[in-house]
Amino acid sequence: MNLVLIAEQTLNGLQLGITLFLIAAGLTLVFGIMNLVNLAHGALYMVGAYFCTYFFQQTGSWPLAVVLALAGSMLVGAVTEVVALRTLYERDHLDQVLATFGLILFFNELVAMLWGRAAIFSTVPDYLSGHVQITEQLRYPLYRLVIIGVGLSVALLLWWLVARTRLGMLIRAGASNRTMVAALGINIRLLYTVVFSFGAALAGLAGLLVGPIYSVQPGMGELILIQVFVVIVIGGIGSIRGAFAGALIVGMVDTLGRAFLKPTLATVLSAPAADAAGPALASMLIYLLMAVVLAFRPAGLFPAVR
Amino acid sequence: MKPHFRALLAGVACAAVFAAPALAQQKVKIGFITTLSGPAGAIGADMKNSVELALDHLGRKVGGLDTEVIYGDDQFKPDVGVQVADEMMKKHQVNFVSGIIWSNVMLAVAPRVTAAGTFMIGTNAGPHELAGELCNELFFTTSWQNDQTPEAMGKYMTDAGLTDVYIMAPNYAAGKDMLTGFKRTFKGRIVDEVYTRMGQTDYQAELSQLRAKNPKAVMVFYPGGMGIQFMKQYSEAGLRGQSPLYSVFTLDELSIPAVKHAALGQYETRIWSPDLKVPANEKYVGDYKKKYGKLPSFYGAQSYDGIMLIDSAVRAVKGNLADKKGMIAAMKKADFHSVRGKFTYGHNHFPIENFYLLRAVAGDSPAADPVMQIQKTVFANYKDSYGSACKMK
Repeated sequence: MNLVLIAEQTLNGLQLGITLFLIAAGLTLVFGIMNLVNLAHGALYMVGAYFCTYFFQQTGSWPLAVVLALAGSMLVGAVTEVVALRTLYERDHLDQVLATFGLILFFNELVAMLWGRAAIFSTVPDYLSGHVQITEQLRYPLYRLVIIGVGLSVALLLWWLVARTRLGMLIRAGASNRTMVAALGINIRLLYTVVFSFGAALAGLAGLLVGPIYSVQPGMGELILIQVFVVIVIGGIGSIRGAFAGALIVGMVDTLGRAFLKPTLATVLSAPAADAAGPALASMLIYLLMAVVLAFRPAGLFPAVR
Repeated sequence: MKPHFRALLAGVACAAVFAAPALAQQKVKIGFITTLSGPAGAIGADMKNSVELALDHLGRKVGGLDTEVIYGDDQFKPDVGVQVADEMMKKHQVNFVSGIIWSNVMLAVAPRVTAAGTFMIGTNAGPHELAGELCNELFFTTSWQNDQTPEAMGKYMTDAGLTDVYIMAPNYAAGKDMLTGFKRTFKGRIVDEVYTRMGQTDYQAELSQLRAKNPKAVMVFYPGGMGIQFMKQYSEAGLRGQSPLYSVFTLDELSIPAVKHAALGQYETRIWSPDLKVPANEKYVGDYKKKYGKLPSFYGAQSYDGIMLIDSAVRAVKGNLADKKGMIAAMKKADFHSVRGKFTYGHNHFPIENFYLLRAVAGDSPAADPVMQIQKTVFANYKDSYGSACKMK
């Protein structure tokens, strides 16, 4: 276990955390402000990945594809909100879970009809592939550094948006007292559509960023959504600060666990025991962490202020 | 109550009248279970396409009888697989249950089907239990036993003098079978054996560990979407040049279009390849390409063979589907034109067959996807290692 490896794994953890944050931010925003449990958030992540791949193939320009994919995800989010979700705000969480689960099936089938069931080819543009020499011994894939950069910028932008702008003020107000905001003459319906579309764009951004290194196929969203739920439960449901902290913690714990748990266990246990326990424990680690957090801080580490 | 009773009698009489011709005109019913939804749906689609193509080639008549195929989606879940199989047997009264991609689904479904006196014709999963202590006279498979393919890879890599190999697989039943098989025949040094979470999407942490160990070669088992993610990230991490990648059930005709040139040079072992020079295979691959516009995968090839095996058995008993003994005897002969060429069945009803080394090479034109090409035969007429535990004669 040398220092270079630890540094590299820390970067890996940071990158995974940032990816999770991009998805979690939209999900937690929608939950915190609109009180909507949206299982179909993973579908919007998938839509972003498909759009970007498709537009990149069609136009040959990655930045253009990114812009089109973001706009596309936002539009799909807005339409979904207006057509399907609007009627669900007053309903029970269980109804919302059922309806949004239906949306997952709908989007997966739609994507399969449009692009086929098999995974489609997606790649990074040439200028983003390759490695960066950070120190003499540490090389890191450029594309993963780009993901970290984009994620951190989005986090800053979100903070500024929520804490410093009028829209952010409305969002915060809407989260704490919906009726009062409506009584003050704010169009809360429109506000909800805006928030949901924005969340969809964030999910789409995450999807389009990881598309080239993950597999772009129907159902790709559900694979990552479970970890995202762990993130928002740990961070505190409805809190963007919580989502950021939760995502980084989950990313780090998961990555470092997968990398170092087995060798660490091998120093105290016999080799076969460590071989058996290491991978099993590493894949449980984030759920154990969630259980511990729930036991001591049931509202999460940074609960949304109500 | 009297009129009711009379009506009931009349109903029974009518039913008897209508049922009579149905009995006389026999029909083969095949329940085909695979995964049709979710990320593995592409595999199921390939299998379904191949079943349909087999039916086309047979003039839509299996064994000369009218044929109905009922497709069922196991959704990648053993309990759903059991439900689907039950429905096929009870509601549709199928004569054969076939298909099944996943070992865990197969282990749940096969014993139930054979216990009900119905044939189970597997076309992919080959868990070791079914080749050994759980073998059954009504169970046949047109695929392989899980351990065999990695055993072939282990043999090849040993013969090639490779050592310092890093091996990886998802942490579940088949993943362990695969690496066990590999270690059975691989004689070189294994640097590390790593199991990852089932359905994991990001492998960067594992790849960093791998790079630090600097192995001479890497052998993995990552089926479906996991394989696509692993191969992309392996290439992206720049590891292809440092440690060549060898794999089983990872690089196939379904994943090549998603990874394209990143796959070039990668090795796989398999019982079948699109370029296998066998007349039945040339017909299958040619017609598949014509009908669906792409190459079939081994999942499809085995499913095509499954229908052909059933056809040979129904033909041998002249359409008398009640003659199960006769059909078992016929199937044991494997008397049909398999797309993998001639093979025989062991006493445990698992094929004794050839295993080839394949390599991903460039396609016909620079823009074309890479294709798998047979390099050599690693094992000829190779038997699985679990038959001795099977009590069947």
